[in-house]
Amino acid sequence: MSTAKDRAPGPAGSGLNDDIGEEKRLALYRSQVRLRDSEQRAFDLFLQNLVKGTSHLSLGQEAIAAGFAEAMVKGDLSFCTYRGHAHTLARGVPVEKVLGELMQKDNGLMRGKGGSMHLTSEEHGVMGSYAIIGAHLPIACGAAWRAQYRGDKDVSVCFFGDGTTNIGAFHEALNFAAVWKLPVVFVCENNLYMEYTPIKDVIPIPQPAADRASAYGLERILIDGNDADVVYRTAQKAFARARAGEGPSLIECLTYRHSGHSRADPAKYRPEGELEEWKKHDPVKIYRERLKQFGVSDAQIAEIDASVRKEVDDATEACKAAPSPPLDIITTDVYADGGWAWRN
Amino acid sequence: MAEISYRDAVTRGIAQEMARDPDVVFLGEDVAKPGGCFKATVGLYEQFGGVRVRDTPISEQAILGAAMGAAMTGLKPIAEIMFSDFIAVCFDYIANEFPKARYMSNGQTKCPLVVRTANGAGSRFGAQHSQSVENWCMMIPGLKVVAPSSPIDVIGLMAAAVRDPDPVIFFEHKSLYNSKGEVPDGEILDTLGTAKILRSGKDCTIVALALMVPRALEAAERLRIDHGIDCEVIDVRSLVPLDTKTILASVAKTHRLFTVEENPRLCGWGAEIVSIVADEAFYDLDGPPVRITTPHIPLPAADIMEDVVLPTPQRIMETVKRSLGA
Repeated sequence: MSTAKDRAPGPAGSGLNDDIGEEKRLALYRSQVRLRDSEQRAFDLFLQNLVKGTSHLSLGQEAIAAGFAEAMVKGDLSFCTYRGHAHTLARGVPVEKVLGELMQKDNGLMRGKGGSMHLTSEEHGVMGSYAIIGAHLPIACGAAWRAQYRGDKDVSVCFFGDGTTNIGAFHEALNFAAVWKLPVVFVCENNLYMEYTPIKDVIPIPQPAADRASAYGLERILIDGNDADVVYRTAQKAFARARAGEGPSLIECLTYRHSGHSRADPAKYRPEGELEEWKKHDPVKIYRERLKQFGVSDAQIAEIDASVRKEVDDATEACKAAPSPPLDIITTDVYADGGWAWRN
Repeated sequence: MAEISYRDAVTRGIAQEMARDPDVVFLGEDVAKPGGCFKATVGLYEQFGGVRVRDTPISEQAILGAAMGAAMTGLKPIAEIMFSDFIAVCFDYIANEFPKARYMSNGQTKCPLVVRTANGAGSRFGAQHSQSVENWCMMIPGLKVVAPSSPIDVIGLMAAAVRDPDPVIFFEHKSLYNSKGEVPDGEILDTLGTAKILRSGKDCTIVALALMVPRALEAAERLRIDHGIDCEVIDVRSLVPLDTKTILASVAKTHRLFTVEENPRLCGWGAEIVSIVADEAFYDLDGPPVRITTPHIPLPAADIMEDVVLPTPQRIMETVKRSLGA
């Protein structure tokens, strides 16, 4: 079994706060803490039976969502999976909107009509979370095609897990994007498990995405997905390439989910000690240490932690107090006229 | 006014919309330089260029997914799926993505696109290149579904589909590509969700779609000449939205209903129409509604077998005659 120690490349931070800068580093830290606290809160609320339906947490994978989102600019588009709370929050969507949707309240992002697997906030560039594995890779290609066609400079960023690399739409999209040179960045979050099965058991190569890049004429990119600086720098490079019309990138980020696949999964299939090993390489922990190395004071860090905690606490209370959605929206927005009429 | 083929009407309909709106783009397998497997898009590449008219890899999921992403972000794509049977390999987009995005996002996501595809039998291609699959799409909330039977309807409904803010699945019939019809000059724009009464009659209502429309008309003519039966023939044209008013009004007048469907029998669109008429016009009926369909079998390839399984003018005529006791 792979461990953090033997699978993940070493932290790429050189020890100098050079290209990233303090402001961005603080933003990266704040974002990761915000994702961590929100996901942990979602889990706690599930245990209290206040989160309905399913939920797929990104605990342990925060550096990827945060690193990419901090490298994106307004107008860039995110395409997420059912494990999309973190990517949605990272684009600036309020915690209350996300928790509200998880709790199926009227204050939710889609007023309960989508649920946790379909978080969408177009005003924040979050163009949907897709619960059919691989479906959104071609869709991200289409958004990128629009940018290419119109000469727009935005980039479409498509997040997915290691399991997605075995479905047909992955290959169709990678080939399509490469042939059309589309400004799309494919981000594979390799957390070592496709649902309950180790990814290594279902691929004939060591790395599910990176080792397939050459089939599409793309560079092999394999990074430490638990180091937000590495993620951020890699994202910037890929975005610059996309904006310059040089085509897509496929980035494999090594990471590990601290929780099970979904809320129903206690993850007993993991070998003993694996989680503990990866927790030593926890993205939030790594980043907190890095801030300290750069001279950020404990007080400053504590202030960020406290303000994030307050946002999550306030959001939780607001969601608990929020009403359920009204039943009259059941039949709205099936069609563009706002209704559901299929006959006269 | 000029007589043009159904095939040329496809090109004209797309060209009309591409000339009108720079956001309209067209993609599919062999649609650009080759002009389409059925030669129904010849000249579009030359007229609008390779940026707007694009050949794709054989990747139906990529085609429909790309169309959706483009539609969500402002374009009005027309995507071709070469044979409607191939909808099965990209059904996720048709069943799960296009029609649910607006609803699940509480109205945030839009999906104004057209999927045009060659549907139906008559080419002796066998069970995977000849099916009528319009009912696969009719059952999904959030889609619109049209299937024109004449060149003028191809142009008008294509224009309506492209301008519609919802995803529209546009079924062209392979065996109608060579058929011809009069088409006026200038812009043609029709309305989705409207059936057309092609022949007025008082003795029974025959509701048909696509290739079954000319067959129903031929049967109606022979029923009049040979048996003095006066049939009203309705071209449904649009399965979603469905023009039930026109159908119900016709049944109220003729008191008998026949549907002529190329799809295999189970869950064909005619079953829904019969159900609506049974619910809402039961006391207008003088006899049971009758469905004339392809049997519930995969389509055989050989001409002699394919000809037998599809509803023919002869079968329509005999069924109507027998049912009316003539």
